Amino acid sequence: MAATEKEIVDGLAEIVNEIAGIPVEDVQLDKSFTDDLDVDSLSMVEVVVAAEERFDVKIPDDDVKNLKTVGDATKYILEHQG
Amino acid sequence: MSKIKPSQGAPYARIMGVGGYRPTRVVPNEVILETIDSSDEWIRSRSGIQTRHWASDEETVAAMSIEASGKAIADAGITPEQIGAVIVSTVSHFKQTPAIATEIADRLGTGKPAAFDISAGCAGFGYGLTLAKGLVVEGSAEYVLVIGVERLSDLTDLHDRATAFLFGDGAGAVIVGPSKEPKIGPTVWGSEGDKSDTIKQTESWEAYRNGAPDKFPAITQEGQAVFRWAVFEMAKVAQQALDAAGITADDLDVFIPHQANERIIDSMVKTLKLPEHVMVARDVRTTGNTSAASIPLAMERLLATGEAKSGDTALVIGFGAGLVYAATVVTLP
Repeated sequence: MAATEKEIVDGLAEIVNEIAGIPVEDVQLDKSFTDDLDVDSLSMVEVVVAAEERFDVKIPDDDVKNLKTVGDATKYILEHQG
Repeated sequence: MSKIKPSQGAPYARIMGVGGYRPTRVVPNEVILETIDSSDEWIRSRSGIQTRHWASDEETVAAMSIEASGKAIADAGITPEQIGAVIVSTVSHFKQTPAIATEIADRLGTGKPAAFDISAGCAGFGYGLTLAKGLVVEGSAEYVLVIGVERLSDLTDLHDRATAFLFGDGAGAVIVGPSKEPKIGPTVWGSEGDKSDTIKQTESWEAYRNGAPDKFPAITQEGQAVFRWAVFEMAKVAQQALDAAGITADDLDVFIPHQANERIIDSMVKTLKLPEHVMVARDVRTTGNTSAASIPLAMERLLATGEAKSGDTALVIGFGAGLVYAATVVTLP
């Protein structure tokens, strides 16, 4: 069953917490992975791969660079999840 | 039809000795920062690299190879005359022909061994090791010298902030010889040519000769794509190599991945769920990424420092431009 927006944000928060040690409550739709959450380009790849597994979605390398905020990633997953 | 006599090789092969050579000049991040807008902290956090070695004019591909090979030959307890084949893996020897392996073989005082170069980027050591094992077991050579050697400083764009800090120079060598027990496992290897643009030389020599562009060619890569492939696809290959050798991660003593970037190493260790007791090579911190030389250099250092010991079971995996990869379980010499 497809995940809701809230489930995706909660899931991303857990992933970002696991990979970058950022408190889950800081992971909000308007937050930038790089500027606000201290997720660098390599950690972003780990976040993306974890999100792919969790939400049954493929996020090609070319699309990763467009995912600037948690909102961008959430929208992408909502639109592409299996 | 005449009957052809079959060749007669050893039952199995093993790595008998290892040697390494790092150029005298140690280059700290401060020197890299003279040509790129970055910081020591940024370089360390993205790569783990603190220093690398850059070769002088005298520290040629052949000279570094000879130093490393001399140590490997002594470590193996054989003489140069016993070597039946010399395999050199490099992407940074700038003379197309003849193969540099022949000059190295001659200057080492070998007899008339088979000698040739291979090009398999950062998987070059694993490719050479696999060929060497085949030669020993098949009977074409009793002892094979495998060298991984690079002068990547010659192919580094010092103004590219994504790669200027990554590369280093050096040579690593091993002697592969006969064994009564299997001490080099099956190799899991392959290529993904559809990803050939992921890590590459910026321009061909031909384009450079014809004047466009005016910048000397260098190695460039798509960082995020390389990271994803190296960590997540190579973790699968590493697991396949363990399966092929009939062991699990619990049976490993040492993990020697290609020293590309410490972040890749960290993430591979996590993805592979390697147990705490496994010693992980992190030579990249002080040697940088030396492509084909990185695995034998890291192996030599782990043995020299006592962090690993002779007889330990090690998983070695190389991966890089091609894209190509090779993973094998070996017993350390």
